[in-house]
Amino acid sequence: MRNAPTDLGSLIPRNRAIHPVPYDPDYKTSVPRSPRWPLLSLDSSVTEETGPTFGHNMLGPYDNNLIANFSQGERLAIGERIRVHGRVLDETARPVANTLIEVWQANAGGRYRHVRDSYFAPLDPNFGGCGRTMTDEDGYYEFMTIRPGAYPWPNRANDWRPMHIHFSVFGSGFGHRLITQMYFQGDPLIDLCPIAATVKTRSQLDRLVAPLDMARSKPMDYLAYKFDIVLRGRRQTMFENKMEGM
Amino acid sequence: MQGLEMLQETPSQTAGPYVHIGCIPTFAGVNGVYPQDLGLSPIEDGAKGEIITITGQVIDGTGWALRDAMMESWQADAAGIYPGQPGADPAVTGFCRFAADNESGEYTLRTVKPGITQARSGAPQAPHIAVWIVARGINIGLNTRIYFEDEDNSADPLLKRIEQRPRVQTLIAKRTAPGQYSFNFVLQGENETVFLDI
Repeated sequence: MRNAPTDLGSLIPRNRAIHPVPYDPDYKTSVPRSPRWPLLSLDSSVTEETGPTFGHNMLGPYDNNLIANFSQGERLAIGERIRVHGRVLDETARPVANTLIEVWQANAGGRYRHVRDSYFAPLDPNFGGCGRTMTDEDGYYEFMTIRPGAYPWPNRANDWRPMHIHFSVFGSGFGHRLITQMYFQGDPLIDLCPIAATVKTRSQLDRLVAPLDMARSKPMDYLAYKFDIVLRGRRQTMFENKMEGM
Repeated sequence: MQGLEMLQETPSQTAGPYVHIGCIPTFAGVNGVYPQDLGLSPIEDGAKGEIITITGQVIDGTGWALRDAMMESWQADAAGIYPGQPGADPAVTGFCRFAADNESGEYTLRTVKPGITQARSGAPQAPHIAVWIVARGINIGLNTRIYFEDEDNSADPLLKRIEQRPRVQTLIAKRTAPGQYSFNFVLQGENETVFLDI
């Protein structure tokens, strides 16, 4: 862990209108797991404005390569080789530097390496399904992986998850924590997915769909997809950060 | 009219049932990618203060304990200083990941009891641990706090803001033995935990 500045400014309140609705009957598990009472809204405190920070020295040589990291570079995973890259900014368009990004996903056949995944698509002996990287000083990140497969899941009678990669991003305070999913341009299952549909505004859902980025692909090697991420911003003027009542 | 040059936060999506693969891979049975899971413990040997253990469950609207929830906690050290701030206890990382057990749904958080911290207003915040809950069926992570019944919580600015006073107790851990506390996160229904938008 690294030292962080002590007062980075209070957090801009979360705009919950752009987020998925917590309760959505088409995503059945959300029905018993969504609070019924309103959230208690408050200005941020030191509790939310600080958070864990991590150093680049934490990362191993294969952490950002899901094709190779399960065997520590000995063997390669099966699947369509892709590079995922993008930039992490905050709501005020400032780059979020040196922040940890963790990703996890199914293998090329749509199977997760998890004690609870019982889908009969086979495990890939050379694919673990997790990876991590950090943004650089300008907020850029990238990692290599294989394109995950779509898979069926128990919800309505015949629901399938579109191809997706889960992202966990830290930001500079505990109040920034965000988990989301990246979808792939052109996947027809996105429009059928009740989890994607928990985001009620189409333009917001589109922000989770990564476009194919041929300019950053490598001939005879891999395709590329771009996925930019925006975290909450902080108030930045001295007037905003003064003591209450002063 | 000029535009406001503000971006919008990326929409959340559920962490899903397999969140452990990405966050605490050994819990999912994925070994060998990292030397160890991130956030195994919020303290190292030698952390100053009282070592405590908090146990409980994450309970849904039917009364059933989730078996697939993952939690993260963030807290100050015993003197009320957050990691990264000047004078912080170097043996307190303050950050922990813990999960509901596959079979019982029980979670355990072993940490140091945090001290009093300062709100932005300068008012003291009673000792508390911030918790973020993610799971299948939770579309955006749920923020809440754990306070302690054997501390003076009367002046805490967050607890004071809870209009319906009976709900305050949903944020207060019960002391069951010296150094032992119990705390359930109730997602919905009777005694629903107060969740936060901060």
